[in-house]
Amino acid sequence: MSVPSSTGGRIARIALNAYAGFALLYLFVPIIWIVVFSFNQPKGPYNTVWQRFTLENWADPFGDEALTNAFVESLKIAAISTVIATVLGSMIAIALARYRFRGSAGLNFFLVLPLTTPEIVLGSSLATLFLDWDITRGFGTVVIAHVMFQVSFVALTVRARVRGFDWTLEQAAQDLGASPLRTFWKVTFPLILPGILAAALLSFALSLDDFIITLFNAGSLVTFPLYINGAFARQFPPEVNVLASVILIVSVALMLGGTLWGARGRRKSAT
Amino acid sequence: MITADDASAARGGVKRPELIGLGALVGAGALLVAVGTRLLTGAFAIVAISLVFASILALVVVAVTGTPESRRRIAPYGLLKPGMLWLALFYLAPLFTLLRLSLSTLPSRFAVEAEFGPTLDNYITAFTDFRPQFERGFLYAAIATVLTITIGYPLAYVIAFRGGKYRILLLGLVVIPFFTSFLIRTIAWKSILADQGFVTDAIDTVRLTWLFDGLNIMQDGKLINTPAAVIFGLTYNFLPFMILPIYVSLEKIDERLVDAAKDLYSTSVSAFRKVVLPLSIPGVFAGTLLTFIPAAGDFINAEYLGTPNTTMIGNSIQDQFLVQNNVPLASSMSFVLMFIITVFVIIYSKFFGTEDLA
Repeated sequence: MSVPSSTGGRIARIALNAYAGFALLYLFVPIIWIVVFSFNQPKGPYNTVWQRFTLENWADPFGDEALTNAFVESLKIAAISTVIATVLGSMIAIALARYRFRGSAGLNFFLVLPLTTPEIVLGSSLATLFLDWDITRGFGTVVIAHVMFQVSFVALTVRARVRGFDWTLEQAAQDLGASPLRTFWKVTFPLILPGILAAALLSFALSLDDFIITLFNAGSLVTFPLYINGAFARQFPPEVNVLASVILIVSVALMLGGTLWGARGRRKSAT
Repeated sequence: MITADDASAARGGVKRPELIGLGALVGAGALLVAVGTRLLTGAFAIVAISLVFASILALVVVAVTGTPESRRRIAPYGLLKPGMLWLALFYLAPLFTLLRLSLSTLPSRFAVEAEFGPTLDNYITAFTDFRPQFERGFLYAAIATVLTITIGYPLAYVIAFRGGKYRILLLGLVVIPFFTSFLIRTIAWKSILADQGFVTDAIDTVRLTWLFDGLNIMQDGKLINTPAAVIFGLTYNFLPFMILPIYVSLEKIDERLVDAAKDLYSTSVSAFRKVVLPLSIPGVFAGTLLTFIPAAGDFINAEYLGTPNTTMIGNSIQDQFLVQNNVPLASSMSFVLMFIITVFVIIYSKFFGTEDLA
């Protein structure tokens, strides 16, 4: 392929690989800490100094009631906002990828804007709107806020995935007499579904983790990140590590499942 | 992309449905912004909202009764409408409300309702009293962005060019850490970097404290509660936003181009500099925006890893808005932050600009 490299070249190559390896390791340092400390039996309210190994925290991950409630609120918000944002965002993505139309450049630009606005500006500006409207901030306002930042995210992710889609397939289906609606559900939708699901999964994770925008719009509502932040002044229980590890494991499983499913889908469409 | 559409456009076919669709979309968005910012109130607001509903109804009517041609023309606007209106009402309108509040004042220290001036007092306070926070915010974010490039670029490079069949797996490994909460990761670093933690102990054991102190990474043998710790946290938390776009741009590069350069007796280094690097600039550009923008507005890293002397502008906005209840002042600071970032993005795009942001 290329010319055989000199000794210096080989050393440089190994050095670069090692550097990349360290960078990857660096990414995992806090993750390892989180998982390891989920097996710690802390002395006092802060689970930050290693004492001794225990399985107790895992036996009862929902032992801290306030934490569990906050976690459930977060899951509910993420579920509702993700469904709304995925529908709205996917519609935008299909419009942008499928059609050529007047104003698409401007609308595209408008769509990117929320992603290039710092979260603190998104959060604080939306909070001023709700203040101005005299609306009490809580569950509903948090869902509205999450949908707002998820829509752009879903739209751009799905658009990127459907860019290579062969739209002449639709033409073919319609030439064979299928109605536009039937064409969409039978041909288009199944083919772009993996892209939509991937975007939904990521935006679910974004919602579950969101702290800054939520903080401004939550009122007295407590989500998982808000609970951790609020409680940190008094305590940092090991259940936090357990739930964080659970989120990690579930996400990794979903990601692996998605990758395998995607690979199978590609093989199927290749044959 | 769609040849049928292009063909009829070239024929100079009927453009009217298209204009109506676009006009109705933009018009409905503008009306919602006007209602949202309470520019239109009372009966006017009711009329405006009715018009928005009417425009949606019109789309439905065309979809049901229109010819296939007009249906196709109107379809993209129908698909865009719900999401775009959501953004108009909950992204665009709030920015106007933010602007109006930033030009208002609180009549007294305990007042809840702000009075519209318009006054620039808040902006003057923002620029004088909070100047250090602005400077620190942008300085820390800039340093963190440079660090994410130095850590992320080689990693993205190795994955893209040497990952082979493990590419997807390695990329997955980059993303996995970020499936745990941002906040918990930051708390993890707080604990890892803590005094008498294993990192400070390790540095102590090899007797390099003087070096880290000299490099200003440590202060009096402490790693935590220093500017370096805040920058370090920002670097960590936004690293994948740098790695992923760089990887995407590197992956697109045809490796035969590099081979061609080498066949023409280019050294590995110059092949990288003349071929790979220029082609990966779009990735670095996107990564810089995705890292710098959130980092400049962040306050979690400064809160958990820093001290009151290392607060960034995000901390001040959060404090003024939610703790001091001085919403007008917080609004002006938010607005200035957004303004400076927008200017930065425009200038930066002029130099490195690409269309392919997303």
